[in-house]
Amino acid sequence: MLVGVSGLGRRTFVNTLCEREVIPPPVAEDPEMAHMVEPMKFNKYETQMIEDGTNIFLTTVDTPGYGDGIDNYSCFTQLQEYIESQFDEVLLEESRIRRNSKYKDNRVHVLLYFLTPTGHGLRELDIEAIKRLGHFVNIILLIGRADTFTTDEIALFKLQVMKDVMTYELPIYNFGWDDESDPETLEENQEIQAIVPFSIVGCDEVVDGDYGSIRVRRYPWGTVEIDNDDMSDFGLLRYILLNSHISDFIDYTNNVLYEEYRTQKLNENKDDESEEEKEEDDEE
Amino acid sequence: MSKQQSVKLTDYVGFDTIAAQIGKKIFKKGLNFNIMLVGESGSGKTTLVNTIFSKNFLESSGRKQAAEKSRKTTEILITTSVLTESNAKVRLTVIDTPGFGEQINNENCWVPLVKYIKDQHVAYLENEIKPERERVIPDTRVHVCLYFLNSGYRGLRQIDIEVLKRLCEVVNVVPVLSKADTLTVDEKMKVKEKVREAIELHRINIYPQPNPQDDQAEIELNNKVKKVMPFAVVGSNLTYEEDGEIIKGRKNPWGIINIENKDHCDFVLMRDFLLRTHLIDLVEVTSYKYYESFRTEQLQHIRDMRGAQPAQTTQQAQQTQQAQQVQPTQPTQQAQSANPFSIAIPAQQAKSPSFTKPSVQSSRKYISNALSK
Repeated sequence: MLVGVSGLGRRTFVNTLCEREVIPPPVAEDPEMAHMVEPMKFNKYETQMIEDGTNIFLTTVDTPGYGDGIDNYSCFTQLQEYIESQFDEVLLEESRIRRNSKYKDNRVHVLLYFLTPTGHGLRELDIEAIKRLGHFVNIILLIGRADTFTTDEIALFKLQVMKDVMTYELPIYNFGWDDESDPETLEENQEIQAIVPFSIVGCDEVVDGDYGSIRVRRYPWGTVEIDNDDMSDFGLLRYILLNSHISDFIDYTNNVLYEEYRTQKLNENKDDESEEEKEEDDEE
Repeated sequence: MSKQQSVKLTDYVGFDTIAAQIGKKIFKKGLNFNIMLVGESGSGKTTLVNTIFSKNFLESSGRKQAAEKSRKTTEILITTSVLTESNAKVRLTVIDTPGFGEQINNENCWVPLVKYIKDQHVAYLENEIKPERERVIPDTRVHVCLYFLNSGYRGLRQIDIEVLKRLCEVVNVVPVLSKADTLTVDEKMKVKEKVREAIELHRINIYPQPNPQDDQAEIELNNKVKKVMPFAVVGSNLTYEEDGEIIKGRKNPWGIINIENKDHCDFVLMRDFLLRTHLIDLVEVTSYKYYESFRTEQLQHIRDMRGAQPAQTTQQAQQTQQAQQVQPTQPTQQAQSANPFSIAIPAQQAKSPSFTKPSVQSSRKYISNALSK
């Protein structure tokens, strides 16, 4: 799932990730309608890719309209409802007597949250959203349009963001959650954790470089190479998302986040039931 | 009946030094220039002003530490500095607006901005109509408001439209696309086009506005500027060396942006526009357009009052806030005895219902206080 205000490069990111146009450019909207607040939409896009020998069925849910209005309180509730409804579906499916063997799991495994490159840490909107959603989905923080920062500024901004995360105890995905993994993986995860939030630049065109074609973004003063690790964390994030940690995200969603949700939901039901029983007893 | 004739002089007389004489007088009086910066935190407001004046004299009002709480409402932060260049002296006041657009719910975030601007008009009027007034009325009126747009967004957001509409009613507004180093050449064109389209569609009167008194050269210059607006700027006071030259810019792993290069960004155009060509015009337009219409409203009221009730009993004036109706108010006892003027503010309220009550009450306090002195 992609969440972020307009203009941060969500669409471009997914298209670059999948190396094809997954999300089409937005329909040129009527300028007259531009000032009408558009409610947040949930647009689903499905694509299939082969990564390192594995077949991946990728479903992307984009959320245009997030944070674009004057009053954005309802954005969180809508997101939460969406994610919860996917959990509810699974809960329902699990408790069926005759289960559907071809059931498709629609739970959101990763939420990519695009931060605005302000230079002043997290915004109130971001803090609230992460607080509420972190218990239902793995949140990975990204910096959209990160090419507006110089190297020093990125380092400073990342520091500010992580300080905010600590101060407000924000539940973002912790790469080192599995203590039982071997020390090598643990070390790798700690390194990755130090890079969060990932600075992202989207690709616009492909040009011919010295060693073949490279994905770039061209400015009058220079050219940003998307896959160059010195220039952006895109390459690293792609590897993590589709290669190294893909099963971690799915596992964590199923075994931890969903289980917590399930326990909570069932407890609520049990409380309701026991209350009902009590009432019946009282009546008798 | 006086006759006016046009005379062409043959010898040099020397009154063409008027410009220099006027200049000297102006600087003796002191020129006040007041800029308001409106935009979300992190949009580059402070950096831009520091870049325009080539000196880091302003401090950013953004959240610097994690423990610092974000502001709950739009605040007004004023910094005044006296700048000197050759024999010219300017008292520059920068009005920063931290907290603008920062909340989850940003309804009415423009109210403190409009209130501040109108309060300055009130203060100026109050000084102007004093029976004994100062030789030089201190000018705190906002001369230009730089509105910072998010360069990622394709066009104007809803909040931009709402705020711009209201600001353009009371002050000169110049929209700025800051942090433009994230736009490629094509994207820049597209974004500017979309912004201009939206501005035209919603009839937002940004500066400069055509003026019947403009001559051909001025009209041409304004048209040229309008084609570039909104200015896509990048701010920086850091210098780097490139090809043996020292340039001001921003350095990335992929290149150095030279902010003074017109192909890289519109910084030079904007700075020249604000300071070298249109500075006095901004001050004048504020005076004869925005302040003047405010003044006319107020004084019109006084006349209506005087005509409406010759001898009414004096009581404590009641405040009413009815949308389109103007209610004649009772002047306070003090005011009437000192002075026949009694200024009623409800008309101003009636015309712009978005204006909140508390500020109107304070405006009345200013005027009636002034009169009773």
